[in-house]
Amino acid sequence: MSSPDHISRTDLAGLTQARLTLGPRGRALDTASSLRFALDHAQAREAVLSELDVPSLQQALDATGHTSRVVTSAAGARDMFIRRPDLGRLLPDADRDVLRDAGPVDVALVLGDGLSAIAVALNGVAFMDALARRLVEGGLRVGPVVLARQARVALGDKIAMALGATTVVMALGERPGLSAADSLGIYVTHQPSANTQDSGRNCISNVREAGTSIADAVRQTENLIRAMRETGLSGVTLSQSLAATAVPAGARDAPGIETKR
Amino acid sequence: MAYRTIIGGTQFAFASLKTLLAKASPERSGDILAGLAADGPLERLAAQHCLADVPLSDFADDVLEVDGDAVTDLIAAQRRPDALAPVSSLTVGQFRDWLLAPDTSGAAIADLAWGLTPEMVAAVSKIMRAQDLIAVSAKIEIVTRFRSTIGLKGRVSTRNQPNHPTDDSRGIALSALDGLLMGAGDAVIGVNPATDSLPDYIRICEVLEVIRTQLAIPTQHCCLGHVSTALAAMEQAAPVDLVFQSVAGSEKANDGFGVTLAMLDEAYEAVGKLGRAPEGANLMYFETGQGAALSAEAHHGMDQQTMEVRAYGVARRYRPLLVNTVVGFIGPEYLADGKQIIRAGLEDLFCGKMMGLPMGVDVCYTNHSYADQEDMDVLMTTLAAAGVNFLITVPGADDIMLNYQSLSFHDAMFLRETLGKPPAPEFEAWMADTGIGQPGVVLPTLDTALAQLKLPAA
Repeated sequence: MSSPDHISRTDLAGLTQARLTLGPRGRALDTASSLRFALDHAQAREAVLSELDVPSLQQALDATGHTSRVVTSAAGARDMFIRRPDLGRLLPDADRDVLRDAGPVDVALVLGDGLSAIAVALNGVAFMDALARRLVEGGLRVGPVVLARQARVALGDKIAMALGATTVVMALGERPGLSAADSLGIYVTHQPSANTQDSGRNCISNVREAGTSIADAVRQTENLIRAMRETGLSGVTLSQSLAATAVPAGARDAPGIETKR
Repeated sequence: MAYRTIIGGTQFAFASLKTLLAKASPERSGDILAGLAADGPLERLAAQHCLADVPLSDFADDVLEVDGDAVTDLIAAQRRPDALAPVSSLTVGQFRDWLLAPDTSGAAIADLAWGLTPEMVAAVSKIMRAQDLIAVSAKIEIVTRFRSTIGLKGRVSTRNQPNHPTDDSRGIALSALDGLLMGAGDAVIGVNPATDSLPDYIRICEVLEVIRTQLAIPTQHCCLGHVSTALAAMEQAAPVDLVFQSVAGSEKANDGFGVTLAMLDEAYEAVGKLGRAPEGANLMYFETGQGAALSAEAHHGMDQQTMEVRAYGVARRYRPLLVNTVVGFIGPEYLADGKQIIRAGLEDLFCGKMMGLPMGVDVCYTNHSYADQEDMDVLMTTLAAAGVNFLITVPGADDIMLNYQSLSFHDAMFLRETLGKPPAPEFEAWMADTGIGQPGVVLPTLDTALAQLKLPAA
């Protein structure tokens, strides 16, 4: 298709979310744009620094009939979590003990703060409730939902090991962008171990009101869990295997460290 | 051999040159994450004192100490000891003083480039303050050419980075036009593709080629896909101006990017045969960044800044048109805050220029860093003072594909008007012809500009 004769300014917004300059081209962003940018950044920072509201989440889980346990990674506090991702992947012994009598289960369900506890506050419980019901209906044991503070994705592996689970679902807040600070990322891993690589996970990202819906995310997660438990595969190898047959939409490889390169 | 010094009655010992370099590094989160950083300011200063007394010649041998590393081998093969003759008897500290001496010219420093190893350059940078890094960088002029001439003293070029989350042709074109109408893009119009598929790569090249040719812009374009994709696209006669690749400072780290020196050699040869550039033009584009090797667990116990300079050893093999560090992109676990990002940006510019590279910087940060746009203003201004070759700019400083913040197209105007740094002369003339950036000239609105463009079929 060649370009149309005319594109209205409202059409431009449909083509891109870029912060284009539609008015005068001055030496700096105009005041309204400049303040909007600063506000968007402040909201992203607030999301990054936000903490899990554990009592509210437990109450909401209780109300939907799910028990819960609470753990904190070896990072301990927010600032250490941000600077030391390695500590956010480790489960201290005392926190492992919290899970001791909760297993064994088939699928470990973990809600972690990640880089946006706001994402968890908005959609975490609704996602876990719907997923847990589907899995239980399908004959799988799920146990308590684990609320994980200062959590990176790989903390889920250690939680799963403590629960004797063969599959783990880790739902946690994604790194906020300027336009969205409420995206939940879902990482599904089969046969997690202390040395699981990111290539061993499958991921559904951008779960939020304006992105992937909770219903879609639950369906895709359940499909991934079933495929993993049938084939024994996880991550890139599962994606390749599914690509040869039928790929559930959104079942793609987990990203590694995000890189421009 | 161990390096020792006594400070205030306490002896500090450093087991190897690699350890000494790490302990002497100004504080940054990535070295702490790697367990390589000094225990505190005193040990860091002890290491810096010790480092200042090490002869430059001590760095001539393998510092990484990994058998068979292809980057180490390349560094050894590149080195021309004769080029180092003017300073070869100096210690690291004496070398710093020589660099800063008023009668040491930029040309004399530039002449050292192929005699210097990355480890020598990293070493001296570690005992230089921000002002020292700026003063020496500003002396060195590294000029490269394609359709525009980049790096001339007193000028700062910009990359126009019109990324789009789905690589939509019109979305890319809109952002590119937005920048061009504000005078951004004389270094390159360069898109980071959202996918690495060959059809998308070729389509993006074609979109950028349409923009360049229809508007007769004296610049070059680039789709920053993987080098293997670029090779395949060139085989299909796609309009490839520049071949891009990310590179890092060890063979294992480059493996993580899926790239070998042999692949780069092949691409360098292929792009040279296309004949799209004037004779003798520079045809490659590289990006680097502190922390890349550590994030691939391929740093081999070397600090992230020294690993970064080793990546420049790879880049310079290919006489690139452009090299830039993506300095704050990798996140707070490597560079925690504005202070660390600013220091790293200046280090990377200095070290790149010392290695003979046309060094640019993506002045940027992510939302989980302790940094904001004001830190970027400071880094941009200091880099301009330090004679950076080019800076990266995006619409409204917000990259909607990579989800991070860089500089804005408006900053290209700030560079010209407030800092007095015009773009490449060819591009400056094009701006004068078209009226871009001239007071009183009415330019087309974006919707009109897009409608006038004859984009290729989707």
